[in-house]
Amino acid sequence: MTDASAIIEVEKLSKAYGLLPALKRLDFSIDRGEFVLLFGANGSGKSTLLRLLSGLAKPTSGVIRIGGWELPREAMAVRAQIGLVAHRPLLYDNLTASENLDFFGKLYGIEANERAERSRELLRQAGLSRRADSLVRTFSRGMKQRLSIARARLHQPDILLLDEPYSGLDQAACKRLDSMLAGAHEAGRTIILSTHQVARAPQIAERALLLSGGKIAFDGPSDRYSLSESFQEASTAPTA
Amino acid sequence: MTTPFLRCVLAIIAKDLRTEIRSRELVSVMALFALLSVLVFSFALELDRAARAEAISGVLWVTLIFASLLELNRSLAQESDQGNLDALLLAPVSRSAIFLGKFAGNALFTGIVGLALLPLMTVLYGMNMLDPWVIVTTLVGIAGFCAIGTLLATMTAHTRARETLLPIALLPAALPFLLTAARATKGILNGAPEWQVWLQLLGGITVIYLALCLLLYGFVVEE
Repeated sequence: MTDASAIIEVEKLSKAYGLLPALKRLDFSIDRGEFVLLFGANGSGKSTLLRLLSGLAKPTSGVIRIGGWELPREAMAVRAQIGLVAHRPLLYDNLTASENLDFFGKLYGIEANERAERSRELLRQAGLSRRADSLVRTFSRGMKQRLSIARARLHQPDILLLDEPYSGLDQAACKRLDSMLAGAHEAGRTIILSTHQVARAPQIAERALLLSGGKIAFDGPSDRYSLSESFQEASTAPTA
Repeated sequence: MTTPFLRCVLAIIAKDLRTEIRSRELVSVMALFALLSVLVFSFALELDRAARAEAISGVLWVTLIFASLLELNRSLAQESDQGNLDALLLAPVSRSAIFLGKFAGNALFTGIVGLALLPLMTVLYGMNMLDPWVIVTTLVGIAGFCAIGTLLATMTAHTRARETLLPIALLPAALPFLLTAARATKGILNGAPEWQVWLQLLGGITVIYLALCLLLYGFVVEE
């Protein structure tokens, strides 16, 4: 059964790598515009879940529906709705920041004028306007991460998936990322942000999912204290 | 919504050209290898002029195939090492467009080296390698080899032993190109009439490989 307000629906979703199960029969749905934190210890299945939701991986069994489209069967229709910030920046080191955005803009079928305008605005929001014509290989980890988020937002996706976006960022870069996420949330984007740092989680998130051993160990409001207790329990439990 | 096919292909080619102009990683390595290879063969065959005339087409094709192995490995490694292949796959673009873009870039870079090799070999081996049909054979052979090379390099790019795995997978698949292209080149250089048959065969194999790779690329890149 489909939920009209849900933009992401997951039913009995399982994923195994060979004989090793990564996710075990997950059931959840996420409403349009919701900001969800995805917690879990290393190896709990966070990255696998985000890869499945972005269509980069195929489930072993179960159903994923994004905006009513089913993955992986209707992946082409889903792709334009998803923006992914992965562990790696997914940028070309030998292109400049603006060339990277221009290239990905072309892949998403954005017209030239619109591409230039959006790139300028996103680079401004990322604090990279002055480095727009610098090669990405000269960027720090934090700058690459900000540019990666700009790339993910370029085609104005309905859903933003962020996999450990705080790793390697300093305090100032984390704050800048928080404000970028707040802006995207205000604009009505659905955001799923995975992290293993409970203390670093953005305050504006409404809901938290805690993965442990490939299962959902907690699903509820992202109240820091209750979540912290659940996380402590889950992170000490075996992951498989 | 799917982004228009040709726009994606052109965007990927332009991106590969721009990164290569900046980094000079692919063409320069290939060109250096090709230069050293034809020089070594030239010295090895120096004493026997007849043997040189017989072997020249083989030298050309063995050199081109090994040089393009270096290029294919680096080209797809650039995509997979930074996770950029994922970024391409995330976009609403046909997998065939991604293949065609990567293939065209690889064929272009190998073609540049192949065309630069011909005048050099004309000087070193004293035979006219600048015959228009030799040039056509070289370009058709490179296109076919780069088609299967792009497909297999994508498959091996994620593996740790890709440098050894790619030649093991690719060289058997490249045999039809090596055989037909070398025989067509040799026939053109020696004025043997059967070169046209070999060239037609090479063209046919190239078209079949290209069509198969276009169809199979989606299965190769999807998990």
